[in-house]
Amino acid sequence: MATAQRLRVERPRRGRSAFSGERLIPVLLVLPSAVLIGLFVYAFIGYTGFVSLTAWRGINPDYTFVGLQQYQQLFDLERFQADLSNTVRFTALFLSASIVLGLGAALLLDQRLRGTIVFQNVFLFPLAISFVVTGTVWRWIFNPNYGINLLLERAGLGFLASDWLTNVDTALYAVVIAAVWQMSGFCMAMFLAGLRSIPEELREAAQVDGASWFQTQRMIILPLLNPILLAAVIILGHISLKIFDLVFVMTFGGPGFATDMPGLHMFIATFRQNLYARGAAIATVLLLMVAVLIVPYLIWQQRAERRP
Amino acid sequence: MSIAFAARRRRGIRPARGLLYFLLVAVAVFYLLPVYVVVVTSLKSFVEVSNSTPWDLPQAPTLDAYATAFDRLRRAFFNSVFLVIPGTVLSAFLGSLNGYVLSKWRFRFSNLLFTLLLFGMFIPYQSVLIPVVTVLQKVDLYGGLPGLILVHVVYGIPITTLIFRNYYAAIPTEMVEAARVDGSGILGIYRHIILPLSVPAFVVVFIWQFTSIWNEFLFAVTIASDPDQQPITVALQGLAGSLLAQYQVQMAGALLTALPPAIIYMALGRYFIRGLLAGALKG
Repeated sequence: MATAQRLRVERPRRGRSAFSGERLIPVLLVLPSAVLIGLFVYAFIGYTGFVSLTAWRGINPDYTFVGLQQYQQLFDLERFQADLSNTVRFTALFLSASIVLGLGAALLLDQRLRGTIVFQNVFLFPLAISFVVTGTVWRWIFNPNYGINLLLERAGLGFLASDWLTNVDTALYAVVIAAVWQMSGFCMAMFLAGLRSIPEELREAAQVDGASWFQTQRMIILPLLNPILLAAVIILGHISLKIFDLVFVMTFGGPGFATDMPGLHMFIATFRQNLYARGAAIATVLLLMVAVLIVPYLIWQQRAERRP
Repeated sequence: MSIAFAARRRRGIRPARGLLYFLLVAVAVFYLLPVYVVVVTSLKSFVEVSNSTPWDLPQAPTLDAYATAFDRLRRAFFNSVFLVIPGTVLSAFLGSLNGYVLSKWRFRFSNLLFTLLLFGMFIPYQSVLIPVVTVLQKVDLYGGLPGLILVHVVYGIPITTLIFRNYYAAIPTEMVEAARVDGSGILGIYRHIILPLSVPAFVVVFIWQFTSIWNEFLFAVTIASDPDQQPITVALQGLAGSLLAQYQVQMAGALLTALPPAIIYMALGRYFIRGLLAGALKG
């Protein structure tokens, strides 16, 4: 983080704002935030990275340097291998389901039917609710004795019944469904904002040229939504990589490691098992996964802004 | 990208109205299913919850579950209130100041600073959790609300700065320039010109921060080790652990936890969506 002094000296002189105070004060005003973020984000990430290179286990810090040993052990760990494969499967399912449902709902809402605003609010309200609440409710719904199974049987769909959260094969799907319930509205909001920014003339022109409704959507509308699709994939994708609360509440990673995720594993390793160095290594891997997704996006957005 | 959901007239061909409504209702059923579960289950007695008709309407509706849940969660509910208010106000104030400077008083590297701030919005908080705990223990803020407030203020800076900066970018710079010519200083312009125009941005930021801090779980479960200072998300999770089969109490607790953000969403949904999209879409 650059100091105020350096910023002041390096700023090119401009005729009108000749007062040096006028150049110094803006820097001083953002300095508290810059220092806080410098410390709480960048220095803390550095410290976590450093801890991941030590042998720290137990309550008291142990800064014995062991190089990349924690990472070697981590990638050999059955639980962490499960974490990575779960994250990939969860992210793929969660993203595709959210995008399909979000885009579908947005297209439906964009048809200007009566009552649209009511449906829009129904699709969006889960976004305001805590993952902990979502997890509590969906845990009941997926309870084999009380929940969705009874409803399915009553509807003649008994063959779809399952042990859900207690079955190694289905637990991840149950968590995905709860996550989609909570977050697909975000996709819908983004797509809907995009759809409503497309000029009406474009659709009318397509119709004048004889395009059907479906052709108009597929050839004209969907391609214009590509930038939004990219943004949705990046935002939801990084949320998915970081998923913690929902699995904590619904399964705590189980049964076995069937729904364990890096975010949860880090918490358990560090604060339940006191394996601080391992926790730091998991956190660093998680951060790198998120950074691969987010950093190019941030750079792209900054460039897009600089363009006139 | 306009995020205003402006109404617009539309003519022309489209699939049958009936089919569209059928699909809309089908999707809505999926979203409303958990609401039905919460309301129906929470109005039942323990005896009725334990029988084999969990999807039926309560035969003898009772508010007993709400009494139990409120009794168990009251303290945590008010802990969350006292966490959310300072957390929201302080991070909104810092964000407003940052947004003002970074949009109207740019200096060398101010764009770089902004991007560095923004990155803090996306990091997994696990990557700072160990030093957060260590440092809070060192300065004696670990264990309860003061530490949590500090953490939420600091990690709220990126999103609040982003929302205010984008909002202020739309205020004509000429207004600031004119006030400068008239001899106003940077803080005078902020107080007399920018701040009075900031109400909509403050509403967006208040709603966003309120909802995020109220709903947050990772910091809450890690930092609030004192059971008397737990926020409501942690207490709700604890409730499920201690009243394992008392689903009616769990559902009443879930509703209680969801209520403040839900009320805000219902009253000010428009602003909530703006905050939601701020992180993803610019301008």
